[in-house]
Amino acid sequence: MSEAPPYGALVGALMALVVAAFVASVTVGYAAVDVGGAVADIFAGRSSLGALVLTELRLPRAIMGTLVGFSLGLAGAAMQGLLRNPLADAGVIGVSGAAAFGAVMAFYSGVSATFALALPIGGILGAGLAVALLYALAGRGSATMTLILAGVAINSLAGALTALALNLSLNPYAAMEVMFWLMGSLADRSLSHVQLAAPLLVVGWLMILASGPALDALTLGEDTAASLGFDLGRVRLLLICGTALAVGASVAVTGAIGFVGLVIPHLLRPLVGGRPGRLLLVSGLGGAALVLGADIGVRLVGVRPELKLGVVTALIGAPFFLVLLWRLRREA
Amino acid sequence: MEIRVENLTVRLGGVPRVDRVSLALRPGQLVGLIGPNGAGKTTLFRALAGLREPDEGAVVYDGRPLSEIGRRAVAKRLAYLEQSSEAHWPLRADHVVALGRLPHRRFGRAALPGDAEAVDRALRAADAEAFRDRPMRALSGGERARVLLARAFAVEAEWLLADEPVAALDPSHQLGVMERLAETARGGMGVIVVLHDLTLASRFCDRLVLMAQGRVIGDGSPEEVLTDAAAATAYGVTLARAAVGEEALVAPWRRIGRHP
Repeated sequence: MSEAPPYGALVGALMALVVAAFVASVTVGYAAVDVGGAVADIFAGRSSLGALVLTELRLPRAIMGTLVGFSLGLAGAAMQGLLRNPLADAGVIGVSGAAAFGAVMAFYSGVSATFALALPIGGILGAGLAVALLYALAGRGSATMTLILAGVAINSLAGALTALALNLSLNPYAAMEVMFWLMGSLADRSLSHVQLAAPLLVVGWLMILASGPALDALTLGEDTAASLGFDLGRVRLLLICGTALAVGASVAVTGAIGFVGLVIPHLLRPLVGGRPGRLLLVSGLGGAALVLGADIGVRLVGVRPELKLGVVTALIGAPFFLVLLWRLRREA
Repeated sequence: MEIRVENLTVRLGGVPRVDRVSLALRPGQLVGLIGPNGAGKTTLFRALAGLREPDEGAVVYDGRPLSEIGRRAVAKRLAYLEQSSEAHWPLRADHVVALGRLPHRRFGRAALPGDAEAVDRALRAADAEAFRDRPMRALSGGERARVLLARAFAVEAEWLLADEPVAALDPSHQLGVMERLAETARGGMGVIVVLHDLTLASRFCDRLVLMAQGRVIGDGSPEEVLTDAAAATAYGVTLARAAVGEEALVAPWRRIGRHP
């Protein structure tokens, strides 16, 4: 087995990758923009078409991609660590499904037509409701298995309710719009979306990152982790609420972007020697790089209507995952 | 630190698995906790480590009820080696052992200056140095058990509770671990170990506590506890005895009728 690289070097390399992807994301787009000139215009306070494209379209898109990718990767690593299951991601606790349902309800009820941020706010409310329901169902002192089952139930319910809303939609174009939104996209997100989501995301990240040592201890099971001084009820609360905030706010703004939370921790786990605490930050950075990269791909391909980001991440993620499993099987 | 168990009852699914148990446990001795499957040994251990609240009675550390002592403070004073635990991720052996240092860290995750030395000592004590750089999944069952024991040693607590630490080991390593546990105890630590091997228990332990059906039915030196009558009642077996030099050898020999 190959030796894991030094943690600091790994974090540094991934950060460099994210920065490079961010710059590339700002540079790539449908309109030909002289980015250097546009940046100069922004700093000089001159309004120009280039500056407008940059601040209204490219920057929000790149920032949102970074934030959402980081959230999905981080939350995936957190859930895999908490549940000690490599197949987990934020989906297993029902948060992403419920956030999508909340946003769909904002759509369906027509509230989203009244003000721009109704959609993400609906999504965040959905995620909050999911966590409340999860805790009512699973209780504070509950076992991990109960949490997973409760999450699966919530996810199914949210999925069914979302389908019901589409089913009952009188206007096929509205239903179509919802379907497209559910596929996930970073297009046409503004800085006000970023401002709405960012505080929730950051609080969620901090809650998850603070649980790193507890996730390390959980490697040896719940009794051993408790005997090492961790209050497991509190650890679960931090991780589930942190994930709900990070992923709920992400899905609320961008729609569902699948496979990032599942694949990224898998890919990076060997590089941190399997340690779940160290996997957190690294997976966040990896997730940001993947989402930014996929979103650049969406624009480079240039198909109309634009490919949805969730579709692309799954198209890249699923075959990649199969290859990974194939290799694991051969090694075993 | 003295641990007292006062009239402790712990129920699982309404059934008392530890039933009105009282014990006084002092460091400096190797205490063997023995008894048939389902006797309540692990449940008693979990209550001693504060992992399970008593339904009645109390566990008291140095005069203070365990319920009043914080999780973290308990973790620094008592190391608990779970029965047949395993590492869920492909960690390297020495990284697993380093988990034993977590109770000593403040919020945040920076390693403390003495951590590396404590990990080295623990690996030596459990005879697991040879494979410290290997991932857990590349180790045999017995090697993994030694790494996990080293993890418990690495806490360097006042007490060590080890639930069947030698069950997966070959004879040489069983003897090695028992010798090390006895040495550790005589060095002033409190060590309690759950054992099914009555030969090892009688040979290495200073004191045996025999449980059956949630009750303590024997408590004292191995000679006092491992009587023919006790073996018949608790395990439904006869004991064979022999003298090896100056030491007494005890081994379970035949089943008596049908044991529940």
